[in-house]
Amino acid sequence: MKLKVGLFSFTSDEGCSMIILELMNDNFFKWEKLIDFKYFKLLKSKGEIKDLDVAFVEGAISTFKEERRLKEIRKNSKKLVAIGSCAVNGSPSNQRNFFSEDTKREIKIILDEFGHKDKVSALNEIVKVDDNVPGCPMDENKFLEILNKYLKEFKVI
Amino acid sequence: MHKDFEISIEGLSKIEGHASLDVKVRKNKVEKVRLKISENKRFYTQAIRGKQFQTVPQLVSRICGTCSIAHLTCCTEAVEKALEIEPSQQTLLLRKLMMYGMMIRDHAMHLYLFCLPDIFGKDSVLDFDERQHELIHHAFEVKKAGNDLSKLIGGRAIHPPYAQIGQFLHLPDKNETKKVIEELKIVRSHIFELVRIFYDCPFFFRKRTRFVALTTPDFSFLEGIIKSSQGLIIPEKNYWEHLHRVIVPYSQAAGYEFEGKDFMVGALARMNLNREKLHRETKKDLAKYIRMFPSENIYHNNLAQAIEIMHCIDHSIEILENIDFKKEPKIDFKLKKGKGVGVIEAPRGTLYYAISLDKGGKILYGNLVIPTAQNQIKMENDIRTLVAQNLDKNKQFIRNEIEKLIRAYDPCMTCATHFLKVNWI
Repeated sequence: MKLKVGLFSFTSDEGCSMIILELMNDNFFKWEKLIDFKYFKLLKSKGEIKDLDVAFVEGAISTFKEERRLKEIRKNSKKLVAIGSCAVNGSPSNQRNFFSEDTKREIKIILDEFGHKDKVSALNEIVKVDDNVPGCPMDENKFLEILNKYLKEFKVI
Repeated sequence: MHKDFEISIEGLSKIEGHASLDVKVRKNKVEKVRLKISENKRFYTQAIRGKQFQTVPQLVSRICGTCSIAHLTCCTEAVEKALEIEPSQQTLLLRKLMMYGMMIRDHAMHLYLFCLPDIFGKDSVLDFDERQHELIHHAFEVKKAGNDLSKLIGGRAIHPPYAQIGQFLHLPDKNETKKVIEELKIVRSHIFELVRIFYDCPFFFRKRTRFVALTTPDFSFLEGIIKSSQGLIIPEKNYWEHLHRVIVPYSQAAGYEFEGKDFMVGALARMNLNREKLHRETKKDLAKYIRMFPSENIYHNNLAQAIEIMHCIDHSIEILENIDFKKEPKIDFKLKKGKGVGVIEAPRGTLYYAISLDKGGKILYGNLVIPTAQNQIKMENDIRTLVAQNLDKNKQFIRNEIEKLIRAYDPCMTCATHFLKVNWI
């Protein structure tokens, strides 16, 4: 039995996805035996958000659409891990939260046009988060540690 | 028979985030093609205003995970120009090496992980079978070599901390340098097969195209003059005058025209306009493949990327084997009010930064133009042509062809991958 994993990306530079691809340099053939990537938009088109063991989520939540999607991911995942500082604490994708009133007025038209929320949020402001991997980009050793923890918890290893 | 149909691809995977596509055909005519970049704005141009100049390159590095080194380097150059700082020859060499590391890693990711599945008729590299396993090994070895090169120079492959305005905080470790040279030499042999695969690839889409690239005397992506395939020669600081910003109402990113027309930047443009400046070893060993250029076949963008990997390896080995990096005195400069422009070649094409500083070193204004925004209008026009040429085919076929063509452009990073959800209406 493999660990059913989904990788999701919200408002961010996707630097944490890059770290996962870089971790694959040394781990691809090992992970192939242990992990079933049910959802991994970076590498495959066919993916579904259903019965996931662990969802790793990068990025902050900026739009209503993202908020709905995050809730859907939460509902379909036993564990949800925030990866990288955007997901963990919102930063730096939340920099518009700290703009002056003038600058906020300047960008308002774009926010309204594309369904943005007034404020950019970290994941735990919207759903329950089971674990955090901080850093920008995320700390790769901490990520491996948490992945390993869940491989054990779900009795894959 | 009059054919009416619509194609709607929601979550076209990502273009440095997310994009989707709508196509509408009525009575055998392509009525609408909308390539919508729906990547959520993070307002970096607004966020850098009022920030102190030293902090800004590391902040804009966060615009893009995969090509953070390009954003960091280009912004650094713009700030240096504004303050009239001249980095040393050694700093420029280190920058070239760091850029080469990124190019190797980024091109390898795009070619091996995103494009090869198309060629082998698979959905994903995760579905490759035994026959393709050797290529997966190559993919990760090449990527790792690029990653290790950037780490050696910048301290990290993504958002590298050692790269600063005017200098590097740290010089490459001698033992690590030896290891990286060995690694580069090993993966060099893998590139022959990669180049061959994209040379043999039968995918074809050709259209009259205006190409634009920063042409550098050593093909190092850093300093030079901008050339167009029409013969225009433009100094870096004047590039903006030739661009026309086009508001695309359904897209969260603006598109750009060059001299009022659509155009293309990226590896294919560089190869068409500057291939004689490739490293001599690359030119010697890949002569047969370099002869394919100039080319207007968009799929040759991928062949060009593969050739560029070889160049980056060859020039990096030469620099690392011959230069003894030494500690240099800190560069002195005075704060002053001013404007600076930085232009470099990022993996996906010409990247432009303009930075204006007040007398205390605070950013008054910043403007940047990314490669994918420059290619956006042409991508859309090409999709329109592609659909018109294939109206007799079924929708699934047309959809696959569109996806393949967009991927050939390598629009930022994740975008190049496969598309998420397709809704047929």
